[in-house]
Amino acid sequence: MEPPAPPPPPERPAHEDTRGFVRRYIFSTDHKIIGIQYIITGLLMALVGATLATLIRLQLGWPDHAWPLLEKLLPGGYQGGVMLPEFYLAVVTMHGTIMVFFFISYVLVSGFGNYLVPLQVGATDMAFPFLNMLSYWIAFLSAAVLIFSFFVAGGAAAAGWTAYPPLSAIAAAVPGSQMGQSLWLLSMALFIASFTMSGLNIVATVLSVRAPGLSMMRLPLTVWSYFIASILGLLAFPPLTAAAVMLLFDRHLGTSFFLPSGLVVANKVLTNTGGSPLLWQHLFWFLGHPEVYVLILPALGIACDIIPAFTRKPVYGYRMSVYCLWAVGALSMIVWGHHMFVSGMSPFTGEYFSLVTLTITVPMTIFGVNMLASLWGAKLELRSPMLFVCGVIALFGSGGLGGLFLGNATADMQLHDTYFVVGHFHMMIGGVTLLATFAAIYFWFPKMFGRTMNETLGKAHFWLTFAPFFTIFFMQHFLGIQGAPRRYYAFTAYDYLQKTRGQNLVISLSAFLLVSSQFIFIVNFVWSLVRGRVAEANPWRATTLEWTVPSPPPHGNFETVPTVERWAYEYGVRAPGGDFATQDVPAAAVPVTA
Amino acid sequence: MLNYLLLTVGALFVAGYVALAYFIWKGSRRDAIGPRFASKKTERLLSAGLGLGMALIAEGGVLAIGIPVWSEYFDAVAPADAIEIEVTAQQFMWNVRYPGPDHVFGRTDPKLVDDNSNPLGLDRTDPQGKDDVIGLNDITVPFGRAVHVRLRSKDVIHSFFLPNFRVKQDAVPGMTPEVIFFPTQTGHFELACAELCGLAHYRMRGMFNVVSQKEFEEWLKKQQ
Repeated sequence: MEPPAPPPPPERPAHEDTRGFVRRYIFSTDHKIIGIQYIITGLLMALVGATLATLIRLQLGWPDHAWPLLEKLLPGGYQGGVMLPEFYLAVVTMHGTIMVFFFISYVLVSGFGNYLVPLQVGATDMAFPFLNMLSYWIAFLSAAVLIFSFFVAGGAAAAGWTAYPPLSAIAAAVPGSQMGQSLWLLSMALFIASFTMSGLNIVATVLSVRAPGLSMMRLPLTVWSYFIASILGLLAFPPLTAAAVMLLFDRHLGTSFFLPSGLVVANKVLTNTGGSPLLWQHLFWFLGHPEVYVLILPALGIACDIIPAFTRKPVYGYRMSVYCLWAVGALSMIVWGHHMFVSGMSPFTGEYFSLVTLTITVPMTIFGVNMLASLWGAKLELRSPMLFVCGVIALFGSGGLGGLFLGNATADMQLHDTYFVVGHFHMMIGGVTLLATFAAIYFWFPKMFGRTMNETLGKAHFWLTFAPFFTIFFMQHFLGIQGAPRRYYAFTAYDYLQKTRGQNLVISLSAFLLVSSQFIFIVNFVWSLVRGRVAEANPWRATTLEWTVPSPPPHGNFETVPTVERWAYEYGVRAPGGDFATQDVPAAAVPVTA
Repeated sequence: MLNYLLLTVGALFVAGYVALAYFIWKGSRRDAIGPRFASKKTERLLSAGLGLGMALIAEGGVLAIGIPVWSEYFDAVAPADAIEIEVTAQQFMWNVRYPGPDHVFGRTDPKLVDDNSNPLGLDRTDPQGKDDVIGLNDITVPFGRAVHVRLRSKDVIHSFFLPNFRVKQDAVPGMTPEVIFFPTQTGHFELACAELCGLAHYRMRGMFNVVSQKEFEEWLKKQQ
């Protein structure tokens, strides 16, 4: 008889992390670290964006009022304590740019997309980890260039986040069109390059490294929404890169892509010939419109995955919701002209764009009502993430319905470029995405950092965010119906706008409440990071794969590649662990219901 | 159109919010969940119903109310007695020009522009331009006649916005979009710029005066 073989030497765990600090936390290729880097960068940019919003509301609430303290802090932007119009326009432009591209895109799309997609598809990392790291650092560079543009001659770009030429093409047209606009364009081109890399990565990850058994129709709606949003980004963003480069050429190399013949600016005839300002608008909105869906689809997908954890039953109409996401994604590529009804393009295209735009209401309504119907028959627990999701549904309803006014060319003629538009898009790509971002942070914070956020502070944060937010942007719809144009430094020059004075005061006060209540969130975030209750692997008793690994997940995510046996919404069943089954629970243990 | 939308959309808005409030109220008082799935039939019916309903309200609104008004507005041929005006926007004012008795605008050339002496770049040698009437920030039209505006811009994009008449059209350099509309009341109304055009965008104010035919003729005579 042979002696028993000695036990094999203990192997190193499959994914032991042997990297040093820099490779682990700074130049990391781990999708979780990159996701958190994006989220932190985005939240810091949001602080800048929110500060700019405060300056806007100070000016609109109290036009011509002198703020000596602000002049001390921002000597370039104030004179005699009163805000300068050029500074106001730069602030408006940068607020929009930062919030759309550098807050919501970073935190919700790139941040949570990076963090969640590989975990939810059961992969050890993104398909291209190095590309992922590259995409973050280019994104970081792009944000740095944008912030730097505040400090150059003429100040930051001031032609609005849409940067319509000739205003954005001619340095003499507005002070922000000096170096600030060039840096804005450069930053935008870098942003798109980075976003293309991360979008490509998400598409490749979803298509190629899903765990065995995870068919496409078993994917959580979060993954679906990131998948479709990334495809949209890949298709729609490159034209703006081209446009940004063309506009840089117009500005610095004397080309005339966007500049027609016979321009006279500041009493000087320009030599440009034959360009078209409308060309920019087409290229911009060819990106711009799908962009809002790139932002809002992940918000909706995340909402759909948070709902069942707090209703304890499956989402309503999963398949239909997936089809709706596809339909919305496809339609969003062919409706850009509804931003240009009064731009001077052919009125026939106005009829076409009205009809296709309003077609979007069909899948969006079905999707929205599916979210609503997911609450039907629920045993609802209103924890902080769920409260924020209820807010998402509410804002999605009111913001979406506002779209019916604007999508209709005839009604848009009156409402275009007024505060109705401002109210509408803040509800949608401002509010739906903001509340979904908070919902996602409260929901996945335990997974990311191994600690839970404070519930009482979370609830207070919700109410003090939702109530002022709704007040501000609901009221702005009515400002728009009264004909108040957007991007006005003050409403003092017109008799018909005098009566909006009181409304603007209420909006400003609500805005200050909204901004200051975000300190509750910051305190909660930092305090919970250090002192929060230690979280178990699956604190919300949820079913997707990220909840099957420890909190925070180790490098490489899964000890062994999980085998998926079911869809993502196995709630309300009898199972050994409670009323739910994670996606990797064998079919033999708990019956598969979909 | 606005009333139709306010009514239908308002109803949908209230219905949606009531449903959301009811679900939240009811859901937080339940001890066990209801049925896990609605039947396939319910799902299909709800989706189809919603799809059809929205298509009807949204597309119906466009097809039945929106597009007819839109095409009436844009297909309109200016009536023979329409009052013709050329409005040339620039940072930050509205140059107004009437063609005068010969109903023809004289030639202009950007090379002749001088903001102080000749803001429109009028060619003084063109006989058809001799009777043109030039004004600034003040448009006066006779009540009872259609207004036919030719919009131009010298520098950046502006937008010709008459909130009281629901008229809005961008003035794009290099293009000459035309607007034809029929003022429905007399009075003095404000003209605003609705496309970001620079520092004084917020006070690029003009006046649009609708006066009687007699007053208009007197006014025009004074200008010449």
